[in-house]
Amino acid sequence: MSFVEYSEFIKEGDVVIIFLGHESMMPIKVEAGAQTQTRYGAIRHSSDLIGRRFGSKVTCSKGGWVYVLHPTPELWTVNLPHRTQILYSTDIANITLMLDLKPGSVVCESGTGSGSLSHAILRTIAPSGHLHTVEFHAQRAEKAAQEFRDHKVGHLVTVRNQDVCKEGFGVVGVADAVFLDIPSPWEAITHAKKAFKRKGGRLCSFSPCIEQVQRTCETLLEQGFQEICTLEVLQRVHDVRSVTLPLPDFGPENGGVESGKMTTDPASEDVRPAANSGYLSVNCRTATPPREMAGHTGYLTFATKPRG
Amino acid sequence: MADTAVDSDEECRISEGEYVVLKRGDVYKSVQIEKRKKVIFEKQWIFMDNAVGELYGSTFEVDGGGKLTLRKPNRTEDATDNKEAGLDNRHIVDDGKSQKLTRDDIESLKEQGLKGQEIIQQLIDNSTTFKDKTEFAQEKYIKKKKKKYESNITVLKPSSRILAMMYHGREPGKICHLRYDTLAQMLTMGNIHAGSKIIVFETCAGLVLGSVMERMGGHGSVIQMYPGGGPVRAGMESFGFPSHFHDTLHEFPLCKVNALLSGTLNVDEKDTDSQSNDGADKQSGSSQVSSGGGEEGSAEPQSMEVSTDPAEAKKREEREKLREQKAQEKKVRLEEKRRRLAAAATLLEGRNADGLVIASRFSPCPVLLGLLKFVAPSRPFVVYCQYREPLIECYTKLREQGGAISLRLTDSWLRHYQVLPNRTHPVLLMSGGGGYLLSGITVTADAAASETQQKSSEPAAKRIKLDEIRSTGDSSV
Repeated sequence: MSFVEYSEFIKEGDVVIIFLGHESMMPIKVEAGAQTQTRYGAIRHSSDLIGRRFGSKVTCSKGGWVYVLHPTPELWTVNLPHRTQILYSTDIANITLMLDLKPGSVVCESGTGSGSLSHAILRTIAPSGHLHTVEFHAQRAEKAAQEFRDHKVGHLVTVRNQDVCKEGFGVVGVADAVFLDIPSPWEAITHAKKAFKRKGGRLCSFSPCIEQVQRTCETLLEQGFQEICTLEVLQRVHDVRSVTLPLPDFGPENGGVESGKMTTDPASEDVRPAANSGYLSVNCRTATPPREMAGHTGYLTFATKPRG
Repeated sequence: MADTAVDSDEECRISEGEYVVLKRGDVYKSVQIEKRKKVIFEKQWIFMDNAVGELYGSTFEVDGGGKLTLRKPNRTEDATDNKEAGLDNRHIVDDGKSQKLTRDDIESLKEQGLKGQEIIQQLIDNSTTFKDKTEFAQEKYIKKKKKKYESNITVLKPSSRILAMMYHGREPGKICHLRYDTLAQMLTMGNIHAGSKIIVFETCAGLVLGSVMERMGGHGSVIQMYPGGGPVRAGMESFGFPSHFHDTLHEFPLCKVNALLSGTLNVDEKDTDSQSNDGADKQSGSSQVSSGGGEEGSAEPQSMEVSTDPAEAKKREEREKLREQKAQEKKVRLEEKRRRLAAAATLLEGRNADGLVIASRFSPCPVLLGLLKFVAPSRPFVVYCQYREPLIECYTKLREQGGAISLRLTDSWLRHYQVLPNRTHPVLLMSGGGGYLLSGITVTADAAASETQQKSSEPAAKRIKLDEIRSTGDSSV
């Protein structure tokens, strides 16, 4: 297992994702002899996990069962331990496309945070690219480095504990893309410029507040960046469900025997007796929005650093 | 320090034969660089000759004859330093008479060879209201005129981002109205990365295929399923991949899927395509010969009469030779086709693909259910559809069938912003929709659909009722 390469069977030391049910998952580090408690019972790593195929059903001690999944950056994003507010896959997907990331890309990122975006970048740039990630918080930097090692991607990433606004990314002239998710991105633009390869590349800055975006765009323009573009993207989930809508009863037609039936009737298969009233109803297979949804994560500002 | 060996200029220079993307403002067009060949872009005829040898990202001016001239990158942007401006528009009357130059005047300026910047200056000088506009209004006016009169184009290296934006802006119908951020979601949700084996079924002119290939970087393999005569790859060619990328690309016809699944696939089986090609070859072969014969005077009829005329005999000999040559070429082609089919079949029959991406105008449900059989457990899949209902159907069928978890039906909301000092706001026009996605993860296929109900968020009671009633109700509509 690694976050950049699929494997078929679970080995000791792997990080796997246990799927317990709808919107309920947890990551586990597989260790011989260890046990993990779930609401369905205990999972014994040695007998239930090691050697099993990813995607298998695992029966827990109390009789309930779960699925064991191969980790992906997307699964990691929704299951990782938060040390900071993280980026979710919707923003990550757009960042990946808009920065032209692909195998071999060299990327500079700051701040590392909880490593959500970092894992997605590593997956995309493997096997020949490299990620230089900068985090000014010492413990977070160390934790991130540890996770990269556990996830078998350490060879693709260099973590530096420093302040990107003062010291830059620690490398110059190597990056195809630069990503900034820091409180004052405009202070890091000149360092970002130096990090790029001579031929230039793509830059992205993520900021929750519009004031930050304004200052960043102003600086980007002053510093010669082109194609400056700010957007935001939100994901809407559609909950698929069957709904039953009762039909109205307008009384008998023309004094006839039948009660309640409408002339404009839906397909008779869908018409069935409602629970109490004895009148008819229709069934609809539809999708509804959730009651609430994420309305804002942050503004994404993209730009191109031209050659020179 | 900078690794200059990696950063060589060579790969950054435009070469003949390469696929590039022309850009003016927000308009993009994919073209292939061919010398002395005219391309049309934004109502102008252009010769790409002068772009050869220049760096990607260069901006060129287009002259009246369509010739390109490299524009220096120094920013001559805000040359119009207009100190005079008004405070608001309370006295500005929009009577359509403030511009003194007529359309003919402007045309003659263009014919005189005046550059865009100069024409704009003329327009400003001849506008009675320009000096009364606010600074912001002046900036907006200049920006608008620049868009109309500047004839610069930038030559870009193609990428998934650029091509997705191009197709969505230019020919959305060709890509089932797949918006670029939705494509971004697909590539990420599908965990497309180097070294995997991905099955793609798309009718998006090859854009989705190309984007998948870009993320694979030439590692692993992509199997493109195709519905009819042959796989469509025009959009993929526009990416300009190096030739070794094409070695990772396979194709397999949908009409042979059932045979493959049941283990009865015969790669030597002649399909209707080859038979129709047969007829076409015969016809082209004979028409070539007859056109050669036309040199001697009148066109000769396709006569099968034996003639003792030596000229006739020679012609018959030539016809024979050509026919044999064509038959030989055809044999080689068929052999190649057979080999490729067998290779694709081998990749598929293991039923261990790492992912499945579907984006087509076909009804997604049968496509998904059919192709999921080739995917290994614990792998993501993603289906795009322009409409929502077909994906609701997919969701429902997958729930019943089992073998997939974490099913999510989503779409994304996208909004662009204008960010300018004191003028920051969302852009006035926004995309109404970018299509829908159904994504999920495969798990080891299990017989009991009732078990998956345990994990489902839907109340079980309703479903049982449905089943009960369906079995007792009448089926007539």
